[in-house]
Amino acid sequence: MTAPPVEQVDAVSGIEDPVVHVANLTLRFGGVTSLADVSLAVARGEILAVIGPNGAGKTSLFNCLTGVYVGEKGTISFLPRPGVSVPLAGRKPHRITQLGIARTFQNIRLFNALTAIENVKIGVESRQATGPIGAMLRLPRTRREERASDARAAELLEFVGLRAQANRLASALSYGEQRRLEIARALATQPALLLLDEPAAGTNPAEKVDLERLIRRINVEMGLSVLLIEHDMRLVMSVAARVAVLNFGRLIAAGAPAEVQRNPAVIEAYLGAADDEGGSGAAPG
Amino acid sequence: MSVYENPPADDGGPTGFSVRQVVGSLGESDWRRLGGCMFAALVFALMTGTSGNAQHLTAGVTGSLFKPRVVVFIVLGLALWALMTTWTRYRDDIRAGLEPFRKTKAEITGNQWVQLGVFAAVLLIAILVPPLLSVFWQQVLVSQIGIFVLLAIGLNVVVGFAGLLDLGYIAFYAIGAYTAAYWTGYPDSKPGHISPLPVHPPFHLNPFFVFPLAVVVCLIAGLLLGAPTLRLRGDYLAIVTLGFGEIVRIVINNSESVTNGPRGAFGIPHFSVNFGFLKYKWTLDLMPYWYLLLAMIVIVFILFRQLENSRVGRAWTAIREDEVAAAATGIPTLKYKLMAFAIGASTSGLAGVVFASQIGFVAPDNFVLINSLLVLVYVIFGGMGSLPGAVAGASFLIWLPNELRDYVAPQDRFIYFGALLVVMMIFRPQGVFPSRRRAREIGLAEAGAGGADAMGAPDGVMPR
Repeated sequence: MTAPPVEQVDAVSGIEDPVVHVANLTLRFGGVTSLADVSLAVARGEILAVIGPNGAGKTSLFNCLTGVYVGEKGTISFLPRPGVSVPLAGRKPHRITQLGIARTFQNIRLFNALTAIENVKIGVESRQATGPIGAMLRLPRTRREERASDARAAELLEFVGLRAQANRLASALSYGEQRRLEIARALATQPALLLLDEPAAGTNPAEKVDLERLIRRINVEMGLSVLLIEHDMRLVMSVAARVAVLNFGRLIAAGAPAEVQRNPAVIEAYLGAADDEGGSGAAPG
Repeated sequence: MSVYENPPADDGGPTGFSVRQVVGSLGESDWRRLGGCMFAALVFALMTGTSGNAQHLTAGVTGSLFKPRVVVFIVLGLALWALMTTWTRYRDDIRAGLEPFRKTKAEITGNQWVQLGVFAAVLLIAILVPPLLSVFWQQVLVSQIGIFVLLAIGLNVVVGFAGLLDLGYIAFYAIGAYTAAYWTGYPDSKPGHISPLPVHPPFHLNPFFVFPLAVVVCLIAGLLLGAPTLRLRGDYLAIVTLGFGEIVRIVINNSESVTNGPRGAFGIPHFSVNFGFLKYKWTLDLMPYWYLLLAMIVIVFILFRQLENSRVGRAWTAIREDEVAAAATGIPTLKYKLMAFAIGASTSGLAGVVFASQIGFVAPDNFVLINSLLVLVYVIFGGMGSLPGAVAGASFLIWLPNELRDYVAPQDRFIYFGALLVVMMIFRPQGVFPSRRRAREIGLAEAGAGGADAMGAPDGVMPR
């Protein structure tokens, strides 16, 4: 359970207008250190990829950002607009979503008994105000919001290419379609920052190409910042402006994709030193 | 669809039907099923047979099983077995043959106008038929079916929509009933001013005006119970609510100076309206109460139907299916659970007021644990999350023991009730009229994908 002695770097320097800023974040589960002193910032409008071997702490980082876990040390600040900084530590997940951070899950978590469009509508409706009384009486505002929700959800399904599947059950969609539906649901909450947890896992090559295009469009057309966890290096290298590398909960490299690829610490983390058995002492990811 | 391409010709044809052939074609599972059917037949023979007594301890068994009557049950068991075996063999063929009908059935039941028509027809029956019934059945209709349908519709919001297991639901019913008992009293003790409870309210209210008050009181009670406990999941919540239900009952039972204790509150007046132009007094006559209850049921039914198909209903479904994903999609899970709890509680309070006013007498005995469980059974039997299901479940399961009154000894009545539930849960766990969403969830859960409720802890999340 000894982490390889590597130098800790940070992925903050040079970022002038961050959308999220993580400073010295540490997360422990009992004796297992999942994140150790991680500092990282996502620039507004950039696509940052976080890579690393299994159990390096990538998903833990996401869970801290979205309020599922609370870090033991360190701060996380979210800046929905330039100059407005909101500390995230200790906030409930739904509050963080309402502030403007949306996520997808590594193991897809859709509402399986609902149709595709209902899944997306739930996201849209997180920004609406209809309460139980209005819903029971079908007040004019309720009806207006329902129409708005239908329209917006249809638009988003169109955007991710699932318009034709709108009335199919989420569980009846193919794996790649479910991944895209999850992205549509996340987009529906109107985030400023989108966290994608291994969106390409389990998809076929054709779907990967679609996904690559989709992530670019989210970034360019919708103007969202994207934080991406991904194992597929081709995808990472092609969409990410910057790459941060985690290993045993530490940030071991950060920078442009090509640079990171040549970094000896990264190569060692992936290929392993002679006496290291891969991720045997890994913390939960 | 393949091997049994043309079964009726094979079996019924002149060439090849013999006992030997049939027996030879039976698989292991068929024999096991035969055993099951025989067992069920004997159990049923025991259930319907004579009871033992102190002199003849074994009379229950010998009188039920060692008499010629047992043959009838064995034949019935065999018939059931034959039916089941035929069904499992030709299931695929039959299903394939019925496929076009199945589709049209889905189209018909999914059609809004058909649904409206059925609703109107049921309503018409509920309006026209009760005056023709005997007084006994009118009494059942008013003081049991009407009240419990209202309770089931309310609990359906908590259990069916939001997926929260509430075993203390009857407590809110009690709170509603005692609220009525308190506020229909008088501030003084002048002759003719009867207060149902030893404590006097600041002013007297007609039971009608207690409705909004009971709704508010139960809403607050629901929030008070829910706020600290709804962080708990599934089984833990069930235990806490069970405790709450018992606490409420025992507090009522023991606070003699406030509630009259086990003697209960009596002399709660009937409803009356007096708007100048419109005067009406409810009396011991049952039908006016039935129409009042029916109106309340219809209104609550329609309101909850709207709720189900709204932002709120979808949020509840999301929470029920995957709380973590729901929170990540921006749904304040605790707030929505509280909302469900409070809405359910206030419906229960409404039922309590009607009950108190109609009977004129409430006592802690009306609010025992079994009543909470019965309401839950009605909801599950009818189909969790389905409003027509809650109505049908409560109506049928109250009708059954009352109908059996003429044929079965009182101590045996609930055996049939229990047997029905067991059979139902094995063969149709989704209930009589399952909600579409719920039926899908149960289907998915049986296929091993996710849970059918919000009862288990979501995976991948640390308790905090």
